[in-house]
Amino acid sequence: MTVRARQFDELRLDGVSRSYGGHAALAGLDLTIGCGEFVALLGPSGCGKTTALNCVAGLLPLSGGSIWLDDKRIDGLPPERRDFGMVFQNYALFPHMSVRRNIAFGLRMHKVPKAERDRRVEEAISLVQLNEHAAKFPGQLSGGQQQRVAIARAVALQPPLVLMDEPLSNLDATLRLEMRTEIRRLHQTLGLTTVYVTHDQEEALSLADRLVVLRAGSVQQIGTPEEVYAHPANRYVAGFMGYRNMFELDVIESEQARVVLGGDGLKLRGVNCEAISSGRAVAAIRPEDFVVGKAIANRLEVGVEVVEYHGRDQSVQGRLRTGEAVHFRTDQRLAPGDDVTLSVPEERVLVFSPDTPPPPTEASG
Amino acid sequence: MTAATGQPTATRPALRHRLAERGIDRALLLLVPGLIFIAVLFLYPFLYGVGLSFSPQQGGGPFANYRKFFDDPYLRNTLWTTFRLALPAALINVLASIPMAYKLRRPFRGKRTLTTLLVVPITLGTVLTAEGLLEYLAPAGWLNKTLLALHLIDQPIELVHNYWGVLFSLIITGFPFAFLLTMSYLSGIDPTLESAAATLGAGWRERFRFITLPLLAPGLAITFCLSFVLAFSVFPSAFLVGDPSGRTRVISIAAYHAALEQFDFSLGSTIAVIMTVAMLIVIAAVLAWRGTLYKGASGGKG
Ligand SMILES: Nc1ncnc2c1ncn2[C@@H]1O[C@H](COP(=O)(O)OP(=O)(O)O)[C@@H](O)[C@H]1O
Ligand SMILES: [Mg+2]
Repeated sequence: MTVRARQFDELRLDGVSRSYGGHAALAGLDLTIGCGEFVALLGPSGCGKTTALNCVAGLLPLSGGSIWLDDKRIDGLPPERRDFGMVFQNYALFPHMSVRRNIAFGLRMHKVPKAERDRRVEEAISLVQLNEHAAKFPGQLSGGQQQRVAIARAVALQPPLVLMDEPLSNLDATLRLEMRTEIRRLHQTLGLTTVYVTHDQEEALSLADRLVVLRAGSVQQIGTPEEVYAHPANRYVAGFMGYRNMFELDVIESEQARVVLGGDGLKLRGVNCEAISSGRAVAAIRPEDFVVGKAIANRLEVGVEVVEYHGRDQSVQGRLRTGEAVHFRTDQRLAPGDDVTLSVPEERVLVFSPDTPPPPTEASG
Repeated sequence: MTAATGQPTATRPALRHRLAERGIDRALLLLVPGLIFIAVLFLYPFLYGVGLSFSPQQGGGPFANYRKFFDDPYLRNTLWTTFRLALPAALINVLASIPMAYKLRRPFRGKRTLTTLLVVPITLGTVLTAEGLLEYLAPAGWLNKTLLALHLIDQPIELVHNYWGVLFSLIITGFPFAFLLTMSYLSGIDPTLESAAATLGAGWRERFRFITLPLLAPGLAITFCLSFVLAFSVFPSAFLVGDPSGRTRVISIAAYHAALEQFDFSLGSTIAVIMTVAMLIVIAAVLAWRGTLYKGASGGKG
């Protein structure tokens, strides 16, 4: 495999900001990306992921901050001088060029001699297993094949950095899983430094070496998938990482590591994540961490309302007597109208301060 | 034309489905009013005119008028004169609208004002434009006065009542159409294609040459055809700012002269038919070239 990434030590984003008419789409992003790393920017639609990627690619001017590639400042360079590969959300394949010419485009622009160009194009084509489609036009390809062309086009130049903007969001579920593995395989074989944007936490967790969770343009947490999954930094990240149940209660008792919350006939003991000592707090619990039937501690009385069948288990929505919804999963057969007792181990209850930063804007991505 | 109610047989799909497969369904009925309109207002007069052109008033067989047109240099040259005006005018309009529309394709402050200014000549009409040109370009007009005052020229340059006057007038009235059409074709091209080209190392020249221009070319062909037709049949400006009995005696003037001044309607029809055929030849040539281009989706909203 001779498609190999060019090397550098690190790419540094230093307070990178971008605002649109006073509204900050990206507020001071600090991030250092090491060579060969796979970093995922994760956040809901409209949180500034595309903005961040376009700033790195040079497609958007910054309104603050700087970008450094080792000790070279690059945020003043136009995109054609940065040499970063980019995979666009809608692929942006050139519709009037065959697959082969699409992939050759970057090499042609860089005046790579014909013989070498042909060799590298063929290599990139076999890398994404498109050999029999090389003469076709983008309009004649399926979504997954177009996706592969977009990736091959971006990596044929052996860029030091590849930027991917939700590359899988237009594919169906099966293909999405397949291409996810493909992208991971490419990253491993080529050692490509990758910045990957997604709103899908599962995708980010499975692909990335490091996650950056964004919300309304500001960073909430940076960490490995394990760190972010097991120890979300705040209530918002927890919500994004599958902590679907959030109960806002009064702090009754607080120590260093543990905190007891109560109110509304509910009493929960959990992990004190943000050193809370008094006032209101939020207990975050994953649906799959509830245990049905055995009431040890952290007891909840729930009336079953909706049951969704998932094969091995069921996803159930119930309601507390106070009216709050509870989501849990169980392999027991339950029916709407049943009353069950749930419990949850205290190390699985994460307690955060109620949201302080502004709520996520419901903007279009 | 109406959807059929044929009996579906055991093996073949119903006639209605087979017709729909070929794009024939009830929606085609919506075309009927338009077709009647075209038949009454366009097709009938046109066919009548074609028939008239083959029955010369002076006799001499069906082709006498056509022979007369091509034998008489005074008539024949009008065709050449028209081409000499219409082709450059259409070409200049299309070529000038490309960079203009390309620069203006992204939203920016003052875009509406600028677009409005560029489009105003459409609302002026040929006559008003011609009058303005006469004022401005005449030997005693502002332009010559200014150039004389600056000692850039010794005597007024003649820009009206000749070829140049008509050409200017055709450009002024035809440019807005070409510009608006080019603009709408450009907005149909997905802007991320250029972004993608940029990340692959293409500067703005390469992006224009390899991405935008090839995707725009089919639209430019149509724009050229429409601009050409517009310029080819132009009549008032040739009269008002040209030299209608001499150097800018265009084919429409010849037709007008024959039909409405000499009352030889047959010859007038002949000239009109020749005019139509000449236009169709140019359009067919341009469309044949267009047929060789990529014409599929260009990813944008168009
Ligand atoms: N061209 C623009 N003009 C004004 N606001 C914009 C523009 N592009 C994006 N925004 C705003 O910036 C925010 C971030 O957008 P974006 O980076 O596209 O989000 P994401 O890719 O995470 O879905 C959104 O609130 C969006 O409305
Ligand atoms: Mg986006």
